[in-house]
Amino acid sequence: MNWNFDVLPDFIFNGLSLGAIYGAVALSLVLIFKATTLINFATGELAMLGAFLVYVLHMEQGIWLWLSMAIAMGLSAGLGVLIERTLTRPFDPEDHLPVVLITLGLFLIINAVAGDIWNYQVRILTNPFGKFPDWVPSLGGDRYVEVLGSRLKYQSIGIWLTLALALFALSLILNKTKAGLAFRAVSSNVESARLVGVHTGRTLGFGWAIASAFGTLGAVLVAPQLGGVNPNMMATILIYALAGAALGGLDSQGGAVLGGILVGLIQAVLVTWGGVVVFGQLYMSILQLAAAFLIILIVLLFRPAGLFGTRRVERV
Amino acid sequence: MVDDVFDEVGLKVEDLHASYGAVEVLRGLNFEVAAKGVSVILGANGAGKTTTLRAICNMCSTSGKVTLGEEDITRTGTAEIVRRGVAHVPQGRGTFPELSTMDNLMIGAYTRKDGEVRDDVERWFEIFPRLAERQDQLAGSLSGGEQQMLAVARALMCRPRLLLLDEPSLGLAPLIIEDLFERFGTLNKETGLTMLIVEQNANLALEMADYGYVIESGEITLSGSADQLRNDPAVQEAYLGA
Ligand SMILES: Nc1ncnc2c1ncn2[C@@H]1O[C@H](COP(=O)(O)OP(=O)(O)O)[C@@H](O)[C@H]1O
Ligand SMILES: [Mg+2]
Repeated sequence: MNWNFDVLPDFIFNGLSLGAIYGAVALSLVLIFKATTLINFATGELAMLGAFLVYVLHMEQGIWLWLSMAIAMGLSAGLGVLIERTLTRPFDPEDHLPVVLITLGLFLIINAVAGDIWNYQVRILTNPFGKFPDWVPSLGGDRYVEVLGSRLKYQSIGIWLTLALALFALSLILNKTKAGLAFRAVSSNVESARLVGVHTGRTLGFGWAIASAFGTLGAVLVAPQLGGVNPNMMATILIYALAGAALGGLDSQGGAVLGGILVGLIQAVLVTWGGVVVFGQLYMSILQLAAAFLIILIVLLFRPAGLFGTRRVERV
Repeated sequence: MVDDVFDEVGLKVEDLHASYGAVEVLRGLNFEVAAKGVSVILGANGAGKTTTLRAICNMCSTSGKVTLGEEDITRTGTAEIVRRGVAHVPQGRGTFPELSTMDNLMIGAYTRKDGEVRDDVERWFEIFPRLAERQDQLAGSLSGGEQQMLAVARALMCRPRLLLLDEPSLGLAPLIIEDLFERFGTLNKETGLTMLIVEQNANLALEMADYGYVIESGEITLSGSADQLRNDPAVQEAYLGA
């Protein structure tokens, strides 16, 4: 066996940047779970749709990438509100099965519609963090800096900074605005929220909006690592995000982000770096999925509330 | 000023029915709470006290008529009823355990648009100093008595015209209950806030109330001034442990 420690930092950096994206999608799951105790299985497909919106706006219409991302996040948020209003609100919030089935149905429909419009080829989407901007002094190359003898890609740095900024914005919205306070109240105790005059439906719609925007951000950031956008791009990422959310605790926002990052690290270091030595290249993708399922299984068996959560996951 | 915070308004309930599924739990209640007054509904476990308060706030399927002051609120949605000035402290207190004490109070003022929310926080901190000490603590980490105070203070933050209290004494030590009811009494005397309290613990409730009702299996079986009820042999036996 041949353990190559020289390349280990590469794998760690990679794991941390993929993990940050899992964290963003996990956060999208957790925002809705915390408020409704529902797992929104359409999270990944909504995010994929958002990434395609960026594709249309930026690659086809030529709109500036960051503006396209802002518009796509806004449209995703609107779609989230619409879904909450039309597809989930009419159902009894105590009865989870219908709504879970609806989110599964949405998953299939959005995937099929996207496949119909854009077919299943991978389409290139500009990497928002391809090259350092000109004003950054060169610290190695124009796409990376040298750290520990390895290359830390501009892309990874960009992903971390963007998500850090997005998390900061989220915490401002949740902690400093009246709508954010109402959302935290609904997440904590729906009935009491109603008793202080909060319109719980509208407030849940607000949560769907934020969650959808976050998912879209995650999908746009992950696209370059997948070679571009395609209708199936989020399928496995949703599973890793679920593993991250379960690991961190389905009702803990910070836990979701950390859980996602941990899953990315486990994947990169244990599976991609270590596993390849033990099992060989051939089994890589199956091992990565197996690791995610293993994480979910172990957490549910031994620590159902996750590392940072409080509520047990009793049912989906 | 504390005494001009609340408007004065009474509550009138006529032929109130409520059911869960096919089971009828309230079978035609009639009662009133006088403006500025304190009324108490006494009843054993399962008599329908909680359902009565929930029915007033339109939180279960009901028929009959509920009038707040001059307004018919029978068909009004719960959130809107709160906006009209009804504050409901549910059984089990219903605080937001994952929110800080301060955030619990701020969300209580959710329906308000005036600029005096902070003044009110200070006002209730004066009446409940323990809450001031614990303002940054999560509500879930407060003691039972502190949580009950928080639930009441939160309800007051919406500047209600009517305060509904569902078994505020439940699960609290006798000394704490006594202290709590004393504060309720002070609140009513100083502000004229109309209150409807439902209780199993009749002693203190009757002491501060003007008027009382007894509910059994979803029906009012007895009513009268607080003094009359206190001296009623049936009430003494069933609710005063005499
Ligand atoms: N959600 C519910 N579903 C079905 N029955 C209920 C429900 N809540 C209360 N009940 C029944 O209604 C009756 C009155 O309950 P409740 O109003 O809670 O009484 P109290 O508050 O006086 O203890 C009880 O027999 C109780 O079992
Ligand atoms: Mg009760």
